[in-house]
Amino acid sequence: MRKNIFLSICLFLFLFLISCANERNSKGNSIQIKGSDTMVNLVQVWAEKFVENRPEVNVGVTGGGSGTGFAALINETCDIAMSSRKIEDREEDEAAKNNLTVQEIVVGLDGLVILVNKDNPINELTMDQARDIFMRNVSNWKELGGDDLEIVILSREGNSGTHMFFKEKVLRRGNPKAKDEFSPYALLMPSSQAIFDEVSQNPHAVGYVGMGFSNDEVKVLKIAKDKKSKYIAPTPGNILSNSYPISRLLFLYTKKDSSVTVKEFISFALSPEGQKIVLETDFVPIK
Amino acid sequence: MRKIKDDIIEKIIFFCGILSIVFVVLIFGFLIKEGISFFKEFGIVDFIIGKFWYPSANPPEFGILSLIVGSVLVTVGACIIAVPVGIMAAVYISELAPKQIKDILKSLVELMAAVPSVVIGFVGMVSLAPLVRVFFNIPTGLTAFTGSIMLAFMAMPTIVTISEDAIRSVPWQYKEGAFALGATKWQTIRRIVLKAAMPGIIAAIMLGIGRVIGETMAVMMITGNAAHIPHSIFEPVRTMTATIAAEMGETVTGGLHYRALFAIALVLFFITFLVNFIADLFLGRSKNK
Repeated sequence: MRKNIFLSICLFLFLFLISCANERNSKGNSIQIKGSDTMVNLVQVWAEKFVENRPEVNVGVTGGGSGTGFAALINETCDIAMSSRKIEDREEDEAAKNNLTVQEIVVGLDGLVILVNKDNPINELTMDQARDIFMRNVSNWKELGGDDLEIVILSREGNSGTHMFFKEKVLRRGNPKAKDEFSPYALLMPSSQAIFDEVSQNPHAVGYVGMGFSNDEVKVLKIAKDKKSKYIAPTPGNILSNSYPISRLLFLYTKKDSSVTVKEFISFALSPEGQKIVLETDFVPIK
Repeated sequence: MRKIKDDIIEKIIFFCGILSIVFVVLIFGFLIKEGISFFKEFGIVDFIIGKFWYPSANPPEFGILSLIVGSVLVTVGACIIAVPVGIMAAVYISELAPKQIKDILKSLVELMAAVPSVVIGFVGMVSLAPLVRVFFNIPTGLTAFTGSIMLAFMAMPTIVTISEDAIRSVPWQYKEGAFALGATKWQTIRRIVLKAAMPGIIAAIMLGIGRVIGETMAVMMITGNAAHIPHSIFEPVRTMTATIAAEMGETVTGGLHYRALFAIALVLFFITFLVNFIADLFLGRSKNK
């Protein structure tokens, strides 16, 4: 009996060691990219074009949210984190604890659009009205001049950079020390696509997604900074000129001593060809 | 030579046998370790009865009352739908259906168990949720009720197969005795067969509940995930499983939020353990009879 247990424990340890050994053996010719759902499409196209010239390189792109990307970068399960928000101090501390210095690269711009159903008569909102909606200070479209329908708030989950950015920019009015949160009545949807799908079939709903996700099946609202300002549509021109109020930077993060392949990938993203892809995937290039 | 072969095979079987126990113990140990260290920092009472779940706020709030209510509401709803339908289906399959229909039904029910939960979630999201919204005239179709309907589908195969076994194993002498006394078919089924099979049926229900309460992907897609305490079944809810699945990716290993998710898992493990324990109790009783 005792011998049996001993044998099984040995086998366990053996398997455990094998799996550890595999993890350590990080490969120079493969790049793992993780993070923002907003950027998945863009980075996927970069990866495909990059691999065309470098067929020996393996590039894997997965989403999950900007927070997921940072967590993976810190836990060293990916080489590049794509993020639609700046790294937080908390995350930088965690990285420092793991002896990691992160490097930040701005690769493009994005506007967050507020979506409503096509049957919703509302066309435009001020930033304060948007804040009231998502904090549920108003709960019926009637109060904003729309139909007599209860508002259903759709939000992304907390691990999404889109969620964090919207909270900071709209709910907290850009003040990082504010404590405002989304109403607990907000539905947390697992992806931007899910928000899009729900808005396109539900006249009660309002949600926010990166501008890459909008098309004719939903209505994109024009946003004004305050009551006196003009209502601005989220077009690439308006975002680049900084007149559309809810826009943000898109980042890639790597660790300081990353491999040559990773560096090449990043310089490809910043090259004219890479920046052309940014525009093609409905974001705004930085150059 | 034969002796050695026999020995080796015996060892392999033994190893497989203890493997499941080892895994359960390891999982439980891991949950306890992370969960307890969280409770030391945050306090178990605040955790269980806290109403707000804002893990990334500053300072964070980890109150899972709304999540527990969400899980319970969806599970109870699914049971109310799945239990009567499941038991009646089992009665029909084992007592009433002609041989051919019985075979077809049985294999279809087993097929139902094989549908992946993400498929169920997807179907619920794109076809059931809009229907529920329009039919009940509520603001959104992503509600606890929608989740309950879809989860009832997932629990039904478990309930039907195990209750059917229990009903079939009722000795035929009981039925003959009832018929001999002049009971009708319905009276026999209701008073004799169901009563005799009851422990097995209750075990089936418990296992069905276990399946529903642990289900993640489908509920995450169709219950709306709003972390507030609902007033009715027609409001969005957030379950414990969906919270763990949605947020595990963003946490840094060892952080407070990470350990909070383990603490939720501990609560969930405790609940499913209780449910399975009750099921075992009833199953054991049915065997002793």
